[in-house]
Amino acid sequence: MILTIADAISLALKQEMAHDSTVMLMGEDVGVGGGVFRISDGLQKLYGAERVIDTPLAESGIVGTAIGLAMAGMKPICEMQFDGFVYPAFDQIVSHVARMRNRTRGKLTCPLVIRFPYSGGVRALEHHSESPEVYYIHTPGLKVVCPSTPYDAKGLLVAAIRDPDPVIFMEPKKLYRAIKEEVPEEEYTVEIGKARVMIEGSDVTVIGWGAMIPTVLKAQNILAKEGISLEVIDLRTLSPLDTETILESVTKTGRCVIIQEAPRTCGFAAEISALIMEKALFSLQAPVERVTGFDTVMPLLKGEDLYLPNEVRLIDGIRKVMGR
Amino acid sequence: MSLIESFNPLTDPMIQVMNESGEIVRPDLMPNWSTEKIKEAYATMILVRVADAKFTNMQRQGRCGTYPSVEGHEAIQIGSGFELQKTDWVFPAFRELPICYVHGMPLEKILLYWLGNEWGSHTDACVAPVSIPVGSHMLHAVGYAWAMRLQKKPVITVSYFGDGATSEGDFYEAMNFAGVNKAGSIFMCQNNNYAISTPRSKQTVAKTLAQKAISAGIPGVVVDGLDIFAMATVTKLAADRARNNNEPTLIEAINYRYGNHTTSDDSGRYRTKEEVEEWRKKDPVMRLKLYLQKNNLWSEAWEQKIREDADVKVRAAVEIGENFPVQTVDEIFDYMYEKPTPALIEQKEYLKGFLGNQ
Ligand SMILES: Cc1ncc(C[n+]2csc(CCOP(=O)(O)OP(=O)(O)O)c2C)c(N)n1
Repeated sequence: MILTIADAISLALKQEMAHDSTVMLMGEDVGVGGGVFRISDGLQKLYGAERVIDTPLAESGIVGTAIGLAMAGMKPICEMQFDGFVYPAFDQIVSHVARMRNRTRGKLTCPLVIRFPYSGGVRALEHHSESPEVYYIHTPGLKVVCPSTPYDAKGLLVAAIRDPDPVIFMEPKKLYRAIKEEVPEEEYTVEIGKARVMIEGSDVTVIGWGAMIPTVLKAQNILAKEGISLEVIDLRTLSPLDTETILESVTKTGRCVIIQEAPRTCGFAAEISALIMEKALFSLQAPVERVTGFDTVMPLLKGEDLYLPNEVRLIDGIRKVMGR
Repeated sequence: MSLIESFNPLTDPMIQVMNESGEIVRPDLMPNWSTEKIKEAYATMILVRVADAKFTNMQRQGRCGTYPSVEGHEAIQIGSGFELQKTDWVFPAFRELPICYVHGMPLEKILLYWLGNEWGSHTDACVAPVSIPVGSHMLHAVGYAWAMRLQKKPVITVSYFGDGATSEGDFYEAMNFAGVNKAGSIFMCQNNNYAISTPRSKQTVAKTLAQKAISAGIPGVVVDGLDIFAMATVTKLAADRARNNNEPTLIEAINYRYGNHTTSDDSGRYRTKEEVEEWRKKDPVMRLKLYLQKNNLWSEAWEQKIREDADVKVRAAVEIGENFPVQTVDEIFDYMYEKPTPALIEQKEYLKGFLGNQ
């Protein structure tokens, strides 16, 4: 089937709910309205209002009750309406979701999925264009997944739903309907914790994830014409990080640029850069370069293009590590 | 005991002063408004409708960002706004064009925000910035009112929010803090029956939203939010309590959002045309017009004139808003802290390098 990321996520939800009656989808406007991005369109008709739940407008309530549901053997998938509206639930996520297993030495667990659209570039309002991945990556006990293609979106969501641990599932809203590709109709999983080498190359390793991947591919295309060969890695999972794929690639190319939409300081690019310094320093021919958002609030739409990393800035970073 | 203190939010009927036909059913509760003021209120309602339609259209034409319609909220916000002092502080959510305008924000500033420019929140009016995270800002209004008590200033605060916001924990915390700290703050809950697609019935099984005040030990009243006179009178009573005795009040104003949630929404997915038409019969603007007509305060020529005035004002606001200078790199970086950090200085220079030093 030729599907968009939005379609692929919808299909994964539909299929997982069909074969596992403990799976439930809860969130604001996910039922009758089908979700503000129409991801759950039609699901309430299929599975009823007890499994596709229009919750009261209370994120802490959604995640907090999902903890109890999960402890009792249900499989809640919580949809947070936007990246900037997860924060009322942040206390529940950090204080309980991430800790239940360790706190009880494995007696109680919290296998739930928290999905939300993230990323800028869609001319949205304040709090609708954020890239908050590090808050979750930095929280021990959570897995963090961020697909950039329809195939991975479906396979990773199925894997997230079946995962025995809590998974934060970040959906690049800018790409929801921007790309289409062949996606198998039957269910499959993409393993959580495995990056993908999207394009093999020899000069520079470029690492990205989610909404930044199309920018990386643009740069790759432009530079290929100049004879600069990029190896493109889509991380797909941010936690746990696939260090092996990163180190193998950087050891081969000797150069690395990491692109991230989030603010620069303490962004995930910094962690990856530190990893490379610790484990592959002597393979490097140039310092690792980060191309990132800025240490500012995400500007409203008139200013967002100034903020967002683009292929011009990425290519500049790549030239820098190439020494030209 | 005033109407507010004696109101039982579990059992008492909604307070109404003017019925759907524009007849005054509770003359004892009419606000102390001159005919001039009543006409001014009507003209303001018309202006707000014109602006709302214009901004919505601009979004469709790609000239404006996502915009939330305000049709159906005019009586609540203009009625209450007319009873506030300009030094009182208003804390809006996002569907608050009317109160922001009435409380002194220039229309072009309000538009500028929806055009996606931070300068739209830079105003001399006593209006806090748009608060998009639902239910979060009522606490700020409480804190401000608390400070006014400490500083012995006769200033009150009013937060505006929707029915959906009453489900957030911060809402309860705000009412509770207001009670405990004697904050003269009014909680203006606009129960327009929907939070995007989610109907009021799915937010809570509580019979009224006003009854939630009981949990914080403060009074809660239910008012007809499509009746500008009822809104004015109840706001006045609540404002007196707040100003004179630092006492908070929860007002549940029942109204209806006639338009879509925002320009990104299609309300046809979750409610029927018949339902909308039923509520149209209670339209707050039409209701005031009927009142004016019954009292010989209305003429076709006057209506024509205030509509033309509204068009002129809205056009002027659009002109200013759309010609506002484009965002510069400096603006994005320079307001993060009082003094820029070393990282910000470096990042700004780097970005300027790509843009030929703006
Ligand atoms: C904390 C938070 N969660 C979700 C949203 C997304 N959202 C924007 S408006 C809205 C519904 C608000 O309903 P209500 O409070 O009744 O106000 P209304 O829109 O009806 O004026 C939602 C869910 C948000 N802005 N903030």
